[in-house]
Amino acid sequence: MITYTGKTVFNGIAIGKIAVFKKKDKQVKRHHIEDTDKEWMRFNKAKDAAIEQLKNLYDKAVAEVGSDGAAIFEVHQMMLEDMDYLDSVKNIIDTQSVNAEYAVAVTADNFYHIFASMEDAYMKERAADVKDISERVLTILSGEVSDNVLTKEPSIILADDLAPSETVQLDKSKVLAFVTVHGSTNSHTAILARTMNIPALINVLMEDYEELNGKLAIVDGFTGTLYIDPDQSTYENMKEKQEDDRKKKELLKELKDKENITIDGQRIDLFANIGSTGDLASVIQNDAGGIGLFRSEFLYLEKDHYPTEEEQFKAYKMVAENMAGKKVIIRTLDIGADKQVDYFNLEREENPAMGYRAIRICLDRTEIFKTQLRALLRASAYGNLAVMYPMIISLEEVLEVKKIVEEVKRELDAEKLPYKNIEQGIMIETPGAALISDILAQEVDFFSIGTNDLTQYTLAIDRQNTKLEKHYDPHHPAILRFIKMIADNAHQAGIWVGICGELAADSSLTETFLKMKIDELSVSPSYIYPLRKKIRETDVSKL
Amino acid sequence: MKQFNYTIKDELGLHARPAGLLVKKTGSFKSNIQITKNDKSADGKRILGIMSLGIKQNDEITVTVEGEDENEAALELKEFFKNNL
Repeated sequence: MITYTGKTVFNGIAIGKIAVFKKKDKQVKRHHIEDTDKEWMRFNKAKDAAIEQLKNLYDKAVAEVGSDGAAIFEVHQMMLEDMDYLDSVKNIIDTQSVNAEYAVAVTADNFYHIFASMEDAYMKERAADVKDISERVLTILSGEVSDNVLTKEPSIILADDLAPSETVQLDKSKVLAFVTVHGSTNSHTAILARTMNIPALINVLMEDYEELNGKLAIVDGFTGTLYIDPDQSTYENMKEKQEDDRKKKELLKELKDKENITIDGQRIDLFANIGSTGDLASVIQNDAGGIGLFRSEFLYLEKDHYPTEEEQFKAYKMVAENMAGKKVIIRTLDIGADKQVDYFNLEREENPAMGYRAIRICLDRTEIFKTQLRALLRASAYGNLAVMYPMIISLEEVLEVKKIVEEVKRELDAEKLPYKNIEQGIMIETPGAALISDILAQEVDFFSIGTNDLTQYTLAIDRQNTKLEKHYDPHHPAILRFIKMIADNAHQAGIWVGICGELAADSSLTETFLKMKIDELSVSPSYIYPLRKKIRETDVSKL
Repeated sequence: MKQFNYTIKDELGLHARPAGLLVKKTGSFKSNIQITKNDKSADGKRILGIMSLGIKQNDEITVTVEGEDENEAALELKEFFKNNL
């Protein structure tokens, strides 16, 4: 048995024979051409055919991995139609009276070296792109039909490197895994492998890999290991690991795209809590129905200055667009207490959890608040955004916030900037707000119950004090009564109510929440599938 | 002639996808469009030239627009950079 290690691009276990993917070595010969105009036409015909192929590849990739992953093939088309590229080819044919193949090869080589010499890893990848498009034209010029049939049986594809077009062209039912000697995690092939859920390793350094063709191998994407000719015990271990993984993925697949509905037909939304735009991938992977709590603090915490309207707008717009019409609830700035930012220059407090924080700062320093609201409203034009305000304790606060929102809307109208009339909700996380939730419900579009703060304020337990941990009981009847009361008041006023604190993910309370007719639970993305399973197994009428 | 500066915020820089979008945008104007970074310039309608500038995050670029629709082009391109890069 020989063992190699590399970098994992997508995990999973694959067991099978190796099929070495060898690029056809295209020896381009230079020869003299008499009629250069005719040669230029010959090139143009090949180029047009290549663009046609790329259009088809684009459509294939859109179907397999979505438009983001497919975008590279659109860029490839543009590269082939680039005037610098075409001028270079024409110039070489005309001035040197040479064949189109030679002109393409030289042009490709020149651009390849421009990109390959760049220090930026991402731009270096473009060298591979130029090579890829040029090889496509060369294949067409040579009159060969490129065949994608690599093997008859499903195999582990082993290659020096794979161009995106090569990856997409492979018949996926014949691919167990990808292993490449080179490549980077930034490469489009890596991105495609990830979106296609195929185990893939890159940077597996090995020599003479071509001799491995046909050998039995195992790819362990969890550890980044490639085993060639595995021994009996490795084989059995991996077989077992593969089976476990398969079962896990099957359960997920079984639950993917399924509704969050109980046996007796009660629906509840399962949304995700996120702390930055970096969490988006896991929101989508875990099939969240929306984002129930987008903590906007990260925009402030990661900077040494107040984030500008543009910086915020870009982040909100990105999330709105990526969630493609699903609801995204952005919570306005909740800074203070345990979350401190230097440039806010907040004074030290004796009791920060009950101090100068969240909406209290925003209503005081309205310029900061308005900047955030402007960014948020502008981004609302690009998706399905909603906004919620933290730490509300009174009706006056709600009215004041709404007044500021109206002012901001008038500003945007005057500047002719588009926005939507988004839903506005409040966090119910103080006993004060809970007790007047019937009054507050008249003024807002939804409630989101923040159980962490609600518990600490109701039970007078400091969350930061580890000595008090045993007293911090979010199942305390007082908390559950509060939640019931808030839900009833919301429903009476005809608005919806969600829970976004840690309690939402507590599956021992899922039945209780269903009985209270809670409309939405917002949890860390990894809790969505387990909760969906729990909900689908519950019969509320029998509780 | 219209000119403006812009500092790239996207962490990958002016990478393949936005470069493609940019060329689509610039191609819709009649004006000549130049993108300049550190004395190196590229035609704003040519994707390989733009990418060969190797524009990274925090790089400041200058966009120069000249032609009959320069006002409109400069405005729309400014907006494009803000929204995409």
